[in-house]
Amino acid sequence: MTERPTRILIQGGRIIDPAHGKDALGDLLIEDGIIREIMPPDEKEGSAVSEASNGETHHINARGMVVVPGLIDLHTHMREPGFEYKETVATATASAAAGGFTTVCCMPNTNPVNDNQSVTELILEKAKTQGIVHVLPIGAITKGSRGEELAEMGELVSAGCVAVSDDGLPVMNSEVMRRAMEYAKIFDIPVIDHCEDLNLTADGVIFEGAVSTSLGLKGIPAASETVMVARDIALAELTGGRVHLAHISTAGSVRLIREAKRRGLPITAETCPHYLVLTDERVMGFDANAKMKPPLATSQDLEEVRTGLTDGTLDAIATDHAPHASEEKNRAIDHAPFGIIGLETALSLSMSLVDGGFLTLSELIGKMTEQPARILGKKIGRLGIGDIADVTIIDPNVEWQVSESDIKSKSKNSPFLGWNMKGRARTVIVAGKVIENKWGES
Amino acid sequence: MEIVILNKIEISRALTRIAHEIIERNKGAGQVGLVGIRTGGVYLAGRLAKKISDIEGDSPPVGALDITLYRDDLATKKEYPALKKTEIPFDMSDLKLVLVDDVLFTGRTIRAAMDSLIDLGRPREIQLAVLIDRGHRELPIRADYVGKNLPTSIEEKVVVLLTENGEEDRVVLRRGPGNGDQG
Amino acid sequence: MGLKRKDILTIAEMEKEEIDLILQTAESFKEVSQRDIKKVPTLRGKTVVNLFFEPSTRTRTSFELAGKRLSADVVNISASSSSTVKGETLLDTARNIEAMQSDIMIVRHASSGVPALLARHLKSSVINAGDGLHEHPSQALLDLFTIKEKKGTVEGLKVVIVGDILHSRVAHSDIRGLLKLGAEVQLVGPPPMIPKGIEEWGVSVRYRMEEAIKGADVIILLRLQLERQGCGYFPTLREYAHLYGLNRSRLSLAEKGVLILHPGPINRGVEVTSDVADGLSSMILEQVTNGVAVRMALLFLLAGGKND
Repeated sequence: MTERPTRILIQGGRIIDPAHGKDALGDLLIEDGIIREIMPPDEKEGSAVSEASNGETHHINARGMVVVPGLIDLHTHMREPGFEYKETVATATASAAAGGFTTVCCMPNTNPVNDNQSVTELILEKAKTQGIVHVLPIGAITKGSRGEELAEMGELVSAGCVAVSDDGLPVMNSEVMRRAMEYAKIFDIPVIDHCEDLNLTADGVIFEGAVSTSLGLKGIPAASETVMVARDIALAELTGGRVHLAHISTAGSVRLIREAKRRGLPITAETCPHYLVLTDERVMGFDANAKMKPPLATSQDLEEVRTGLTDGTLDAIATDHAPHASEEKNRAIDHAPFGIIGLETALSLSMSLVDGGFLTLSELIGKMTEQPARILGKKIGRLGIGDIADVTIIDPNVEWQVSESDIKSKSKNSPFLGWNMKGRARTVIVAGKVIENKWGES
Repeated sequence: MEIVILNKIEISRALTRIAHEIIERNKGAGQVGLVGIRTGGVYLAGRLAKKISDIEGDSPPVGALDITLYRDDLATKKEYPALKKTEIPFDMSDLKLVLVDDVLFTGRTIRAAMDSLIDLGRPREIQLAVLIDRGHRELPIRADYVGKNLPTSIEEKVVVLLTENGEEDRVVLRRGPGNGDQG
Repeated sequence: MGLKRKDILTIAEMEKEEIDLILQTAESFKEVSQRDIKKVPTLRGKTVVNLFFEPSTRTRTSFELAGKRLSADVVNISASSSSTVKGETLLDTARNIEAMQSDIMIVRHASSGVPALLARHLKSSVINAGDGLHEHPSQALLDLFTIKEKKGTVEGLKVVIVGDILHSRVAHSDIRGLLKLGAEVQLVGPPPMIPKGIEEWGVSVRYRMEEAIKGADVIILLRLQLERQGCGYFPTLREYAHLYGLNRSRLSLAEKGVLILHPGPINRGVEVTSDVADGLSSMILEQVTNGVAVRMALLFLLAGGKND
């Protein structure tokens, strides 16, 4: 699916471009990988362009479809280098495309950790040769993500990193975190924090509450997240540095962030689809595919996270796509690794919130395009004339079932296997390159 | 379809005759113990003890045997009766034990009962008393005392109903699909 | 009237009727246990595997005797937890054993949910012999059996469970079973050892021993794992014994004829003072006897209830 005509005309779709406040039917013309023109729908199919064209034009019929900026994921674990048995740049970007994403930001907890230029370059080189969507690396905050000494952020940024994070191995030392926030101001990049107090978590497995007690699994208290959210807010206030809080999952955190934003602090935050649709009840039966960090919480938390999404407290939806091999997830649940894949289900799950009336489709698309771009400070995730042509065409009504055989990720650790979904990315266009998504016909 | 084979009076007469035979064969009832097989056999053993006591003055000791744990069809059956207690409140060594059951059929129940008894102690002799012998033996087992020999077809079902079960005393023959479970 | 399930994993998922059936069946097996020849041929040709990933003498021996008294072939496998600590070989180990045609697998593991995991992947019946902090159903059933035997019924009794509820799978199973049979259950222990959300099960929680024990018909003492000392759950054994140890004067607050259970072995001077412990010892032995009968009932019901 990699033909590359000089012109692509997407006709008759509902074009939603939150960055420009646009939501209307229209045709979209791409030329040489750049968005050239957006026109009202033409009654006479394709004639508006055909006059001007002297090359091949690839026509895409998008009637009944939604045409949006290519989705951006702020939080993907691509696993390469070091854990290629879980996922590679090739499989992660294939998974991203299947989910409608044209850009993924990859977390630095690889082996070796992405704490220096050579790892960043390796990832970008792989992305160029084997990736099918854009890859934006996130560098480590501290060397080896050990939480002790700052990594060379300047080198990381010049090599191509768009943010820093010690995701998964959060910086416990508040002094180190303070210095990181201060230092990152030089480059105007966000410091992304995975908010978790490792002492409170200890060897916790799932959310602490009635379910963890029923299953006899050690609990991770909600406070493990909220304590660190509170710390980061205080540090943001102290330093004036940009802080982005990853995968927010509890009601307490949402309230703290809401209050911090009201005071105008430079805080942004994301949540993930699973915190919007699942609670800790999903772990009943010891399903390790429902084990992740932060853990699935209670229905009160879920309600507050949804509210936070609606009222803008939570800026973005990210996947926290965390592939693990089946033999790892088939261990005793307390020895199974944390994390679930999410790139291929994120859009459909999030769209269910539109059906539920929590936000409009345009607002939702904003949280997966315009907002992540704003957090990164990048001119992507929008459909302006002259912008790079990253476009996703969504069939909003197609019904499908999550099945292992259709998953493009190398790992299948999804708690949504067997779920019936509605809405899916039919086509993604990455810098003018058209990728038609195909799934098993059976 | 149901035919009455023995009525209340006929059951009583048969048991009276068996009581006499037991006394005669064992030269009195002094060394006799009765062991009924749950559930029907237990009631019949109790009635026999009463009749022997009426004749001899002394009642022989009576025990109850649950043979569920000795069945050879546990693995193949979908349902089986709830396990009940085996209660033999006397020392059976040197006694002549009379096993009592309602219907003798394939002989498998009696095989199980004998295995069970031998695990429980060492009686001098084991004899067998049944109210109905309906034939179709699958093992070389023969009753010493029989209330009534009743030739049956394999499809038929013989049911012994007793007042202890809240029924009027009678033995009936039922025809229809599915034969009984009696061994 | 068999059990309508392939596995026995938790008391939480059991119906009251199933518990009643097991306890009633166990009565018959207690009689068998008192015979000279304590063996019946019921499970001849069946293979029972004790697959223990955690060291255990009592529970393993109890299941082993139960299987042998039913004439099953019993195999003991002690898979060291260290070799499977990553759990990688867990399913492979179990599948290997099953390939030798096991009918019932009795599984103990330090991780909650392992018996459930194996049950999902195996055709054999699985009995949970204790998993992590989750459940230990056969121990709870023998506690219920003992209470019923001594008190006639479980319904309406006030049962107090004392100590480290958080780390006690026995307590978790006991609570589920006692509530299903209609007892009133009260927990007492240091707050860090009371698990979150347990009130939702229908128990009440106290932090002071004297308050809890008042009017108790049954007291279940949990064994305190001494290595928990200084881990933030309680400061010292001395203070624990002072606050939660069962002594004569506390015992006098309970109902007359109060029944005291303990899964054994007792830490004298910690959970109970020595004089109370002496009276308790005989009950611990009785529990052990009942344990074999209850486990025979479980094996019998699982093996007999199969329909293929």
